[in-house]
Amino acid sequence: MTRLHLSVALDGTGWHPAAWREPGARPADVFKARYWADLVREAERGLLDFVTFEDTLGLQSAAFHLTDDRTDQVRGRLDAVLLAAAIAPLTSHIGLVPTTNVTHTEPFHVASGIASLDFASRGRAGWRPQITSRASDAAHFGRRTTPRLTSEDVLDSELIAKRLRELFGEAREVVEAVRRLWDSWEDDAEIRDAATGRFIDRDKLHYIDFEGEHFSIRGPSITPRPPQGQPLVTVLAHASTPYELAAAGADVVYLTPHSREDTVARLGTLGRALAVVGRPAAEPLKVFADLVVFLDDEPGRAAARKRRLDELDGAEYASDAEIFTGTPGELADLLLDWREVGLDGFRLRPGVLPHDLAAITGGLVPELRRRGVFRSAYEAGTLRGLLGLPRPASRYAPTGATGVTL
Amino acid sequence: MPVKQIHLAAQLPSVQNTTVWSDPRSESQIEFDSFARLARTAERGKFDFFFLSEGLRLREHKGRFHDLDVVGRPDSLTVLSALAAVTTHLGLAATVNSTFNEPYEVARRLATLDHLSEGRSAWNVVTSWDAFTGENFRRGGFLDEADRYTRAAEFLETARELWDSWQPDHVLADAGAGEFLRAGAGEFAHRGRHFDISGRFNTPRPPQGHPVIIQAGDSPQGREFAASDADVIFSKHSNLEDGRAFYKDVKGRLARYGRDPEDLKIIPSVTYVLGDTAEEAAERAVEIGRAQVGPQTALMLMEALWGRDLSGYDPDGPLPDVDPLPDTVVTKGHTEYRKGREAAVRRWRELAETRGLSIREVVIEVTAKPTFVGTPRQVADSINEFVQTDAADGFIFVPHLTPGGLDDLVDRVVPLLQEMGVHREDYTGPTLRDHLGLKPPRTPGAARNATTGRPAKEIS
Ligand SMILES: Cc1cc2nc3c(=O)[nH]c(=O)nc-3n(C[C@H](O)[C@H](O)[C@H](O)COP(=O)(O)O)c2cc1C
Repeated sequence: MTRLHLSVALDGTGWHPAAWREPGARPADVFKARYWADLVREAERGLLDFVTFEDTLGLQSAAFHLTDDRTDQVRGRLDAVLLAAAIAPLTSHIGLVPTTNVTHTEPFHVASGIASLDFASRGRAGWRPQITSRASDAAHFGRRTTPRLTSEDVLDSELIAKRLRELFGEAREVVEAVRRLWDSWEDDAEIRDAATGRFIDRDKLHYIDFEGEHFSIRGPSITPRPPQGQPLVTVLAHASTPYELAAAGADVVYLTPHSREDTVARLGTLGRALAVVGRPAAEPLKVFADLVVFLDDEPGRAAARKRRLDELDGAEYASDAEIFTGTPGELADLLLDWREVGLDGFRLRPGVLPHDLAAITGGLVPELRRRGVFRSAYEAGTLRGLLGLPRPASRYAPTGATGVTL
Repeated sequence: MPVKQIHLAAQLPSVQNTTVWSDPRSESQIEFDSFARLARTAERGKFDFFFLSEGLRLREHKGRFHDLDVVGRPDSLTVLSALAAVTTHLGLAATVNSTFNEPYEVARRLATLDHLSEGRSAWNVVTSWDAFTGENFRRGGFLDEADRYTRAAEFLETARELWDSWQPDHVLADAGAGEFLRAGAGEFAHRGRHFDISGRFNTPRPPQGHPVIIQAGDSPQGREFAASDADVIFSKHSNLEDGRAFYKDVKGRLARYGRDPEDLKIIPSVTYVLGDTAEEAAERAVEIGRAQVGPQTALMLMEALWGRDLSGYDPDGPLPDVDPLPDTVVTKGHTEYRKGREAAVRRWRELAETRGLSIREVVIEVTAKPTFVGTPRQVADSINEFVQTDAADGFIFVPHLTPGGLDDLVDRVVPLLQEMGVHREDYTGPTLRDHLGLKPPRTPGAARNATTGRPAKEIS
């Protein structure tokens, strides 16, 4: 059987809003590098493919399209790219995938930031571009307005996608521009030719001359081509328009199915998006499913724990992704069942940190390994390599230049 | 009078022509190992901080990419965040432009670096505003030169408001009481000419309160900006007389803002060459100068100054008779050659005449002459003289080799400065503000002067 890819989504003290009040949680440490380093090293001990870091341009809120004044949940964040960079020298194999905003943030800065993370981690950088339509985020910049979501919109991901079509289109341009910037230096542009006094071969640097509907960028990047050539681009998508963003620009898409049947249905929609954008079959899109997980060895205990947290928070925790409560063995059953219909892997969102992360690395991973579907050692030195993706040649390199498999 | 303590800092040799990339010992300017090695060396020498420059568009000469110097650098805040993990005390200073960024993002990225490093961040606020660089940004180049500092000043003021929007005790993390943060933490509103923003800042107050602020810019407006609001001014005045004049001028501007002379440190960027004897050092300096200014570089820098093609001239021959074209820019993405060209050309010609120098020799003399040349003892003495006679408060050393270029300074000069009692034997505090001996930043919520926006108590 082919192996499963597994990643963990890190956010605050875990995805349940009351997670920070659990014994063992470290709420006073969430703005310290040490806290995050401990978590990522734990994930690396479990030989996971990568971790993702959430980010937003405004304070977290209970409803994603509105702000609130709550003081009883974790609020505040560190910049995810910088956070990932601070972990890079403390880890050696695990991929580091920060989220950045693409509605207000300059694509040029994103491109060199992620490329720099790829250098700092020696080829383990990924990126999760994310749009925002929150009026409060726009007010932090004061440069533009964004479409508003109504309370009806947010109940239906197709309605959200429709309302935000423009922002997704713009995001597609950002991904394209960033990818061109990463390619704007050919791999062998640096020549250090003492005889002629030339440090670079200027014919191997390229203007990207990106001209989109929303912006234009001249290039080239200020940062040389990163070790992976193209760091891993990952997109979370819930509906047709974002599926097209993923199909056009991502290496990995995270879906949010709620059952095996729903996985089939979503893969069907994704397939249509791949056809719409005309993605070549030679460049497969890796498909992950997101799950929020609460794990305990003792049957029933995880569900009871989640109920207790819900009570503390005063509301039943709801998520865009399916919420799993159970034992690591039961989760392994579910993952293997769903993946049969066409998934490459999963991104697990631990309900509580570090508890549910430790249950993934200490319970789920050994269980998957016993079933022969998970690695027992890292088999590659780069994130693309872990996912079995080749290192692509720069699009600006003369034809005949080929990528290498790492 | 007690002796002044010297503030030492280091910069990674980068895209300047003083970086010798052709030397066999010269390693990558982009791999993380090079940064880590240099930063650790600086920390071994108990330096105040490690500094990275920034340029947001690759330089072009005569319409083509400039290929004679090192090209390519990482995003400074990203690499400094990684360096936070491999150092414990060293300050980490990022150059970040105030024209091609927005205050909300820069404030949160700097606050993040300050959290990740537990109080070791600094921000060099630079003000390039040209449309050439603007072509890399969706919001483009949108400033007149005259506005570069009004925007920079308002940008910095806004960033300070954002850092102040969380007080030190706003993160409660009190699980028992179920209170994670104080109500209203992060609230801000700034309405000004350049920025009209409001909402809630989403990164808690940096451990240092505010990152250390560095200013690099030499015009009267630049000096005024530094005097009003910076902690460090990074200059290029590296001979004693110019240094003293600059020092006096800048420190003299502080009182107007209710600040004391020690509130702003003057730290010019300098180069150096060591030898076992004075003669050996001088010989090495000549060799290094020739490596820094090859024949092509000599012509290129001359063309940049003259504003015209001079490729037909022999770099080992005399300066051209033709006059410069003062309004033509042949080198873009480089700030130095926009102003004062005619005066510079006169200076080159005088040098060539009085000392019988060739093109290449003149260029070496003006662009690559090391500030300090000599034995470790001589260099330690000159460094100390500069500081004790008020030509500087310290230096940013720019070695000519990556990553080993700082080794001899740290191994041979630093111990002498320590012996002389002018450089610390060990760090005495955890933050960069501690190393620089700076006061804590203004307290959040303190009454502000309505016209200047500065805390009222500093004005009176
Ligand atoms: C010592 C020094 C270092 C500088 N470093 C940078 C830099 O790394 N990146 C940058 O964009 N500008 C840099 N600048 C440019 C200044 O920020 C400023 O834009 C320029 O000097 C013009 O301002 P002025 O007219 O006040 O001198 C530097 C200037 C000086 C004097």
